[in-house]
Amino acid sequence: MLFQQATPDTAGYMIAGYAVLFGVLLVYLTSFFVRFKKLRQDLDILEEFDVGD
Amino acid sequence: MQSKPRFLTILDSVTAILFVIAVAMVFFYAPLERTMGQVQKVFYFHVATAWVGMLGFLVAAVVGILYLLKNDCKYDIAGIAAIEISLVFFFIAIIMGSIWARPVWNTWWTWDPRLTTATIVELIYAAYMMLRQGIEDPDRRARFGAVYSILGFLSVPLTFISIRLLRTIHPVVVGDSDPGAEGSFSMTDPMKATFFFSLFTFSVLFVDLFWHRLRMGKLAVVVEELRMKVSA
Repeated sequence: MLFQQATPDTAGYMIAGYAVLFGVLLVYLTSFFVRFKKLRQDLDILEEFDVGD
Repeated sequence: MQSKPRFLTILDSVTAILFVIAVAMVFFYAPLERTMGQVQKVFYFHVATAWVGMLGFLVAAVVGILYLLKNDCKYDIAGIAAIEISLVFFFIAIIMGSIWARPVWNTWWTWDPRLTTATIVELIYAAYMMLRQGIEDPDRRARFGAVYSILGFLSVPLTFISIRLLRTIHPVVVGDSDPGAEGSFSMTDPMKATFFFSLFTFSVLFVDLFWHRLRMGKLAVVVEELRMKVSA
């Protein structure tokens, strides 16, 4: 017990790791929904054109 | 475009619940590792994200083979969906690993066999996304994508076995580590439960995202066909 090392404080690295995980996932999901929404808008416009023809 | 399937809505909810439980297990159930401290908790999602990355690259290789056999564009849609998701998760795994390495290896990065092969995998599939954009003909693009995803997948098992065959400081989670590996630890039962639950959760997350991405891919094909019809 005398020579036992104390557990190092690495909480900052843990927070950084999970911040990267949640940050990148958030960016990906946002880009995903934006692309999906844009495709739906394009489809609506093109369908209007198609019916108009 | 078909409305969202009911089962997909249920899968979204199940995935969200599993994800919350996995996060809670990492922070409140898994014990603190004594020599590394809190940063060891990065390990659970680092391995899970790397697993999802490799899983998606495998799916892309399989659907690549199916595309070459059946020449059906749905396999091309599945291939790009799997690679896009895997690219994101593999990127997260590499960055999380680098953050874990700083206090444990005393460096952000080292050209160790595992880190080097993982980077090569990420770059191979990043190049896939860029090269695809340069091919206008849909059939040629799909054929290129299929062949590339099959050949590109050769780098994935190489990454997986690199820490088992070569001298490395990267620890092995399942099996024996190299004697020179730094950051190895024996998992207690709560750690094992958290680890396998995280792997399961991220596998479900992959299926959920893959399904959504497939729907988007199909929608993109419908839009493209309609655009060509209207402009003709």
